[in-house]
Amino acid sequence: MSLLEKLDQAAAARKAQLPGGIGAFGIPIEAIYSATEARIEGRKILLFGTNNYLGLSFSSECREAAHAAIDEEGTGTTGSRMANGNYSGHRALEAEFADFYHCRSSIVFTTGYQANLGTISALLGKGDVALIDGDSHASIYDGCILSGADIIRFRHNDKDDLEKRLRRLGERSKNTLIIAEGIYSMLGDQAPLVDIVNLKKQYGSLLLLDEAHSLGVLGETGQGLVEKTGLNHEVDFITGTFSKSLCGIGGYCVSNHEQLDQMRYVSHPYIFTASPSPATIAATRAALKILRTATELRKVLWQNAEQLYSALKDIGYQLGPQPGPIVAIILDNPEQALALWNGLMTANIYVNLILPPAAPEGKSLVRCSINAAHTPEQIHYVSQVLSELYTKLH
Amino acid sequence: MNEVTQEGILKLLCQRLTGLTKADFEITSETNLITQLAIDSIKLLNLIMEIEDNFDISVPVNALTDVITVRDLADLIYRIKSESK
Ligand SMILES: Cc1ncc(COP(=O)(O)O)c(C=O)c1O
Repeated sequence: MSLLEKLDQAAAARKAQLPGGIGAFGIPIEAIYSATEARIEGRKILLFGTNNYLGLSFSSECREAAHAAIDEEGTGTTGSRMANGNYSGHRALEAEFADFYHCRSSIVFTTGYQANLGTISALLGKGDVALIDGDSHASIYDGCILSGADIIRFRHNDKDDLEKRLRRLGERSKNTLIIAEGIYSMLGDQAPLVDIVNLKKQYGSLLLLDEAHSLGVLGETGQGLVEKTGLNHEVDFITGTFSKSLCGIGGYCVSNHEQLDQMRYVSHPYIFTASPSPATIAATRAALKILRTATELRKVLWQNAEQLYSALKDIGYQLGPQPGPIVAIILDNPEQALALWNGLMTANIYVNLILPPAAPEGKSLVRCSINAAHTPEQIHYVSQVLSELYTKLH
Repeated sequence: MNEVTQEGILKLLCQRLTGLTKADFEITSETNLITQLAIDSIKLLNLIMEIEDNFDISVPVNALTDVITVRDLADLIYRIKSESK
């Protein structure tokens, strides 16, 4: 098969999976009004499918910081952190992340995807083992592939399966990096961190936790699951992204291991890419400052999340296992998921449609995400529409 | 567990794959998992998890890139099982 025919075949498979469903992916947003509203297809649409958990995308502090940085430092760095792209803002943000997590040091990457790629591929090599949750994000898989290590999946959030696999590894468990996520991006559930930490200690492995969706969401100051569980200093490497609750783009890794700094010299996803732009860094620094003290926003976020979760549960929908800012409706097949998605769009509500293989275990999902800027009325409206659609579906 | 043989693994795989794919032809050691059985990656990974428990082994995901036929998969499982003894 030729190189281009392979793409044709992938396109055909996608069409066959869901005729008429192509429009759900990469839908053009014509104008964005706020953290909760945009114009799509000429209509005002309620956004219930973003990762803007604290609703900070239009925060005046962040916008002002970004404007000032553009005026003072220009639009881009035009180079790698290892060369001409290492500005004082990048270093200040690293110091602020280390301080935020009470950790020794941190590294800022250009995206969260690269934070995982760069950290995992720097830690692991051929002959080592990546022991990863079966529902891991693609950036985790890709980081493992880049490293050349053996990739072993454990059943999602299943501590017994993890233990079984650690035992089977024998001595190799000491060259193993266990990888989990604070909140899983598809079903919105949290990792059993206490059990995972106990196991990693028992078997002498290292642990990396991706807090992409839990930063700003969990813990008193918003560190994520490490803070909620009080296990900050038991996790060897914490990665995360600026692209969700911090409303920027970029990623980080924090650690107490002194070797973290050495990664800068071996990690290709850190070295061979330009550093984040001055505006991005300035806005992220402002957002992190807000996030650390945003106790009230977190309270509202969780009230909102629980309002939607319990309303949908009462209607009868099958949902992810625990309430949180990601409320995933689990459907039997792609057709049902598309029907629901279309029904919501008709009622001017945007959510995420997720089909196999992106969704775990061949499931189809309609993934709603809640943020602190949603009003109880907006959530009530979404619940009402979903209630009517439930009757139609069943 | 009884002594594990390559043939035993092959037989088990053919049985399990017949149930999983509802293929209307006989599945043999030379059947191509992807082109002939059109087994999707999720079903394959689930089947492998089941086999892992059955034989008390872990099959690295990256080792699967070389697996094309049912026999390739049986060989891989046999090799990992032998190494783990
Ligand atoms: C769990 C997880 N890790 C990492 C990433 C990557 O983050 P970024 O958008 O910064 O590349 C994402 C975002 O999609 C994610 O969901």
